[in-house]
Amino acid sequence: MQEAEPDRIETQEYLVNMGPQHPSTHGVLRLLLKLEGEIVHHVDPHIGYIHSGIEKMCESLTYPQIPYLTDRMDYLSAHMNEEVVCLCIENALGVEVPDRVKYIRTIFSELQRLASHQLWWCVMGMDLGALTTFFYGLRDREKILDIFEETCGARLTLHYSIPGGLMFDIHPNFQKRVHDFLNYFRKKLPEYDQLLTGNVIFQERTRGIGIFPKEAVINYGVTGPSGRASGFSCDVRKHLPYSAYPFVSFQEALDDRGDTLARYQVRIKEMWESMSIIEQLIDNIPEGDVQVKMKGVVKLPEGEYFQRVESARGDFGVFIISDGKKSPYRLKFRSPGFSNLSALHAMSKGWKIADLVAIMSSLDLVIPDIDR
Amino acid sequence: MSAIWKYISDVLKGIWTLIQGMRITGYYFFRPRLIVTQQYPENRRTLEMFERFRGEVTMPHNENNEHRCTGCGICEISCPNGSIEIITATVLLPDGKKKRIIDKHIYHLGMCSLCNLCVKNCPSDAIVMAQTFEHAVWDRTQLTKVLNRPGSKIMEGVKE
Ligand code: SF4
Ligand code: SF4
Repeated sequence: MQEAEPDRIETQEYLVNMGPQHPSTHGVLRLLLKLEGEIVHHVDPHIGYIHSGIEKMCESLTYPQIPYLTDRMDYLSAHMNEEVVCLCIENALGVEVPDRVKYIRTIFSELQRLASHQLWWCVMGMDLGALTTFFYGLRDREKILDIFEETCGARLTLHYSIPGGLMFDIHPNFQKRVHDFLNYFRKKLPEYDQLLTGNVIFQERTRGIGIFPKEAVINYGVTGPSGRASGFSCDVRKHLPYSAYPFVSFQEALDDRGDTLARYQVRIKEMWESMSIIEQLIDNIPEGDVQVKMKGVVKLPEGEYFQRVESARGDFGVFIISDGKKSPYRLKFRSPGFSNLSALHAMSKGWKIADLVAIMSSLDLVIPDIDR
Repeated sequence: MSAIWKYISDVLKGIWTLIQGMRITGYYFFRPRLIVTQQYPENRRTLEMFERFRGEVTMPHNENNEHRCTGCGICEISCPNGSIEIITATVLLPDGKKKRIIDKHIYHLGMCSLCNLCVKNCPSDAIVMAQTFEHAVWDRTQLTKVLNRPGSKIMEGVKE
């Protein structure tokens, strides 16, 4: 029997499951990693662990009942999910909502985007080992959730937009609270930079990691802040303005470096932009009704309807096929998380496992949005 | 030689950025009143929810044990989860006409997603959202409630 020579150790690729219960997968996402040592050769996302059949359920709900269910998909941008369904139904019926509704919806969307980015920021810090950010991010998010709770009675699954308007008018305290929040958060956002962005460990773990070129971003359909970090101008608010976005001026946050740090910084920039959008609208909410009179039974005319909005994660679309009945024949969501996840294997190829965690955090995946 | 200087300056810069972060955590460490944690079970007595908070569906009754529900069943139709069951009864009025009244307004809190559609669509404003939120019970059958109280009847003057 011959003894193996010590300097001829052979390595081979092996498979490791990351998830479905891994803390950094933010839910039940299972990644099958093909590794060589610590180097990721391939990532195979296995999705569907919290598939809830929302698209199918929508086929048996009436149109006014659908928005409440969409809250449960991308729960961090719940208001945008409702808004897209409401806009689609309103466009199909030819209903024009009052300006007041448009303004309030836009303010809510931007507050929701801020809340979502705050949560993303604190979770990204936590994924990279900075637990402190988690508490500070949630502390600030709490203020927005209180604003939501006071006006619409819920914190996460708002169900505030309904076809034809809003569930309630804004609470009398709403404007004051939003002003308070803006003044507060304008002081806190530089703290985020001081605490995390400048941190040498964070910089080392994100700069130049997971670079994704613009062509690849377009090919994979990566949208939202993750797409804009590679220089792909894809902001629906800018290109196909809806609700009150035509009335405001704002900058699309763009970056052309395409690495994890760029995806991070685009979101920080977006928070500043969201605050400026809210500021432009909050004092100018026109008077008027918050609800158009709709028929008791809403029926869309036969046909196909599509509507897009910019959710906190990217281009969110809904496609409704109606056969003239009171529920849709087929309803399909185009969720940004799904397309963004599809690019993960290309982004993380050749990087280490620790880099994969950073890349995944910078994509800001919400799993129910992917599984639906 | 310059490589060594770069190394040293990188180390010092790195330490500086860490100190920057520590300044923030230190700031909050010495200002505990800026901490927003709510001491929940202890503050139950003083805890007040917002008046629009959606906790559960209830049916308000006045002091004569009267409610506003006509038993029209619109809330049952508008509920996306089938959490409401309306059971009606027919009574004979003194003038010989028949009238449909509510017998049981059954509400399954365990199936309710607190979407507010029933409250919004009720034509006679008979149901409202309550601000209760401690819904944990030992047995799920306790989550099925009858909203109209026993012996209650409809208020005078509610339009049908
Ligand atoms: S609660 Fe309102 S909607 Fe429901 S049956 Fe009574 S009156 Fe009709
Ligand atoms: S709040 Fe929504 S889910 Fe609950 S009973 Fe009313 S309609 Fe049904």
